[in-house]
Amino acid sequence: MKFTLSWLKDHLETDASVEAIAEALTDLGLEVEEIVNPAAKLATFTLAKVLHAEQHPDADRLRVCRVLTDEGEKQIVCGAPNAREGITVVLCKPGDYVPGIDVTLGVGKIRGVESHGMMASERELELSDEHNGIIELPSGDVGQKFVDWLAANRPGAVDPMIHIKITPNRPDALGVRGIARDLAARGLGTLKPLPVEPVAGAFDSPVGVVIDDALKARGCPLFAGRTIRGVRNGPSPAWLQARLKAIGLRPISALVDITNFFTFGLNRPLHVFDVAKVKGDLRIHPAKGGEELLALDGRTYTLREGMMVISDDQGPESLAGIMGGELSGCTEDTVDVFLESAYWDPITIAATGRALRINSDARYRFERGVDPEFTLPGLELATRMVLDICGGEASQVVMDGAVPDTARAYRLDPARVISLVGMDIPEATQRATLEALGFTLKGDMATPPSWRPDILGEADLIEEVARIASLTKLEGKPMRRARPGVPKPILTPMQVREKAARRTLAALGYNECVTYSFIDGPSAALFGGGSETTRLENPISSEMTHMRPDLLPGLLQAAARNQARGFMDLALFEVGPAFAGGEPGEQEIQAAGLLIGASAPRDPYGSRRPVDLYDAKADAEAVLAALGAPVKVQITRKAAGWWHPGRSGVIGLGPNALCTFGELHPRILRQMDVKGPAVAFTIHVARVPFPKAKTATRAALAISDLQAVERDFAFVVDSKVEALTLVNAAQGADKALIEEVRVFDQFAGDKAEAQMGAGKKSLAITVRLQPRDRTLTDEEIEAVSAKIVEKVAKATGGSLRG
Amino acid sequence: MDDLRNNYLTAIAGAGDEAALEEIRVAALGKKGEISLKMRELGQMDPATRQAAGAALNRLKDEIDAALRAKKSALADAALDARLKGEWLDVTLPGRPRRQGTIHPVSQVTEEVTAIFADMGFAVAEGPQIEDDWHNFDALNIPPEHPARQEHDTFFMARAEGDDRPPHVLRTHTSPVQIRAMAAQGAPIRVIAPGRVYRMDMDQTHTPMFHQVEGLAIDRDISMANLKWVLEEFCRSFFEVDSVELRFRASHFPFTEPSAEVDIRCSWEGGQLKIGEGDKWMEILGSGMVHPKVLSAAGVDPNEWQGFAFGMGIDRLAMLKYGIPDLRAFFESDLRWLRHYGFAALDMPTVAGGLSR
Repeated sequence: MKFTLSWLKDHLETDASVEAIAEALTDLGLEVEEIVNPAAKLATFTLAKVLHAEQHPDADRLRVCRVLTDEGEKQIVCGAPNAREGITVVLCKPGDYVPGIDVTLGVGKIRGVESHGMMASERELELSDEHNGIIELPSGDVGQKFVDWLAANRPGAVDPMIHIKITPNRPDALGVRGIARDLAARGLGTLKPLPVEPVAGAFDSPVGVVIDDALKARGCPLFAGRTIRGVRNGPSPAWLQARLKAIGLRPISALVDITNFFTFGLNRPLHVFDVAKVKGDLRIHPAKGGEELLALDGRTYTLREGMMVISDDQGPESLAGIMGGELSGCTEDTVDVFLESAYWDPITIAATGRALRINSDARYRFERGVDPEFTLPGLELATRMVLDICGGEASQVVMDGAVPDTARAYRLDPARVISLVGMDIPEATQRATLEALGFTLKGDMATPPSWRPDILGEADLIEEVARIASLTKLEGKPMRRARPGVPKPILTPMQVREKAARRTLAALGYNECVTYSFIDGPSAALFGGGSETTRLENPISSEMTHMRPDLLPGLLQAAARNQARGFMDLALFEVGPAFAGGEPGEQEIQAAGLLIGASAPRDPYGSRRPVDLYDAKADAEAVLAALGAPVKVQITRKAAGWWHPGRSGVIGLGPNALCTFGELHPRILRQMDVKGPAVAFTIHVARVPFPKAKTATRAALAISDLQAVERDFAFVVDSKVEALTLVNAAQGADKALIEEVRVFDQFAGDKAEAQMGAGKKSLAITVRLQPRDRTLTDEEIEAVSAKIVEKVAKATGGSLRG
Repeated sequence: MDDLRNNYLTAIAGAGDEAALEEIRVAALGKKGEISLKMRELGQMDPATRQAAGAALNRLKDEIDAALRAKKSALADAALDARLKGEWLDVTLPGRPRRQGTIHPVSQVTEEVTAIFADMGFAVAEGPQIEDDWHNFDALNIPPEHPARQEHDTFFMARAEGDDRPPHVLRTHTSPVQIRAMAAQGAPIRVIAPGRVYRMDMDQTHTPMFHQVEGLAIDRDISMANLKWVLEEFCRSFFEVDSVELRFRASHFPFTEPSAEVDIRCSWEGGQLKIGEGDKWMEILGSGMVHPKVLSAAGVDPNEWQGFAFGMGIDRLAMLKYGIPDLRAFFESDLRWLRHYGFAALDMPTVAGGLSR
């Protein structure tokens, strides 16, 4: 919402400076976005008088002038034809910046004659396009500031423009008068009265109005208007044009400019029809659907069934409350005009405006709420202005419907105001504030004015009081702790886990990424998503159409971008939500890590090697351990389709899959433009069982003083035998005695097969025996060893390697 | 005897290696060594002579033995020194490479915010990011036709044909968590709710996803003055300055009343932001007293309970505190950015230990 200081002063009697007004507006909730003060760029210029002008010795078109200034007589060379003795001029001195020519003046020599400044034209000062000569002022004294002269004689030229942001609850501030009312309530002046004297009608309006019954209840409660015949619709007066230009509107014609003046001045949008182009009466009705209307913005709109429209006998003439029709609009030739002032239902206007995607000043105001009771007074004031500017004669007012009843009252509880705001605002001040804003108080009940549709409860009264009292003055008061003493932990176990996963991965050398929750459909589909349930109806780009089913596609895209920049060794992770479906709650926290390239940069020690599945597995296990997963887990090969079928596994507890790790499927990498191979893991953070009872106590430590014995075994097994099967079998040989079984070597491949036969490999384990009560004898050790060999043979079909 | 002593001590001093030393030892102290033989001769002496000679011989034996040991150790030291001289490594070569992981600024700042509010007794609440329109809008006093709904630039989820429910939305703010938290645990309550939020906006300063933290405190007598104090304490602690100055400006949010935008006093000089000084005001958050309709929607009686709510951008807090210039870069995962603006794994913000290093 834009307005000028002089426009504000039409409604507000005030001496406050524009700075004080701006500060108050922002504090009141009418946040000032910008102040454009045309005086600022003219501040240095002063008035001067030409004492004498004579021909320049070396130039036909130049004159050398002696000019009386506030600093004495100066010599100035001037090329203007009107530079002559006796005129009062605007002086720009050396050092001044002249906006219209974008130059900072210096003392110059023009064709050999010194010139101490210049005398400006209107264009050089950006006052108008006038450049036929320098400014000649009809009044003013030497040395007087030019801006002061303008303020006294041409106030429009130095009228500051104020641009404020209007929150959706303040339709009343979409008119200058509403803004003035707020400032008056704050004490920055007095609201001037706005007397409304009805214009007597001289004849019956040839255009009548009728509202369809369907719309009277909701849609168009009131439609009024009148014909004004015999008008001259030329350009509007200069003062009106200046007002509109100052707030960025283009003057069109007197009639249209008057409607805009009411829209912005009083938040009373109006419309004018050219009576000559209207056939029959105006009817407000719901569209049948399919009708077309060429609107004032030059575009043709096709109406949908039920949209509110104003028609005459020829069909739709106006998009009610949103935009008029081009064909019935006023032009310079308009002689008889029908002036419309209606009250439209905000919700209906909003729905139609949104459906047709029309943003107009009328829609903006009607959908937020204009003052219904001002419908007829607004019509009367506008009629008078049309008569004043365009002449003519007004008819009787025609109308249908009635002003809707918006009367309601809410209790003002002064104690509650103080308790809620935390400011000591006396009851009398509270009541005075509301009254200044137009509320009517009866006892403790406050009735909001008709222009405040946003006031819908006691809380709104409190807001008004607090806002006018000024929240800037609010002083902080300590808030007691909810309970005394050392606070309890406040994170949920799941929140603790997220943090543990994140910090563990960073400690393992991964860089945390935060990638978008939505990705492109094809990528989502590669990872089991991309279904209709996770699709966005209105994505912002084709790369962000679906909620991600897994964190890996986002990390892979990040990897591809980094590879494109030349970073080939990557360790990226993310901890965040993935979405299984489109219902609230169909999301889970995942922790995913991605390793690509080599384990280390090239170094003199040969540290560099390609990352592999066992790197991913170790890191996944470290995270699982940090999340409190049990040590004993199962590993299956049932990983989803985006994993390498032979090089991926699922860590689980029975049917509960905690984590998938392994190499990503080469086809997926190719489709996502990632140079592989890549290994990764996805951990389902919430699936790790939470401890049933929390205790800080550890189990007692049992240490034996007896020497542990380690024995190594090498087995020849089929190459597809899994190490875990072998380890578990060995472990089962004597659960009491065997403390640990660890794989320490694998011998597989061509050389191994050459030695041990086709399809064979060797796995070597070390078994640690920990006696508990006495030292083991050789016989006992032999017995356990034999049992281990037997168990392994039974479980894997393997035998001791000879 | 003196000759014997001199001979052996000279020989020991001149021995070049352990083998030569061993030869000397055998020659002197071996079973058939010169001194051993002389010891044997003692038996044939008369007692008086034997006593004198025996003591002298034992002294000589001990002396030679000590000299042998000393020489042996000296030879070993010399050998070690000689070996170590050859064992030279270039200590300026780099250490074995180790990957350096980093924590994203969003995670770090979320933990900082959490640490501060935890100290003031706020718990952390959470809610779904795909939200129904009731929680995201209606319950927050934003009815379907409210103009504020349009200003939210909402992402909608697709609806299957025949499913006539209003479409779910990607939550446009963390405020729906207020509703869920109050509905679940009633009043009194103090929670913050950090997390991802979504708006259909993408330009120089906007991304379609960003992070907010919501705050909510409901009790019997919580006022807007308490809100101001809490925010002052938060800002002072978060920006790690001695004092801050906040300015409340009246504003409008459908879910709070009265509502206020909050500005913080700061200075911008040479691209450097300083909080708590200067003559500029920067908007940092929106806040207000929870609207009675919002309390009612969450099942809390507005006649009995009152309190405040606020919401601020986590990414923005991170940008302000750590001087990160571009919001869009937060979500691009550029390794150079992650390394430069990221935090070490063990830089865990606490109130006791400080929020940042």
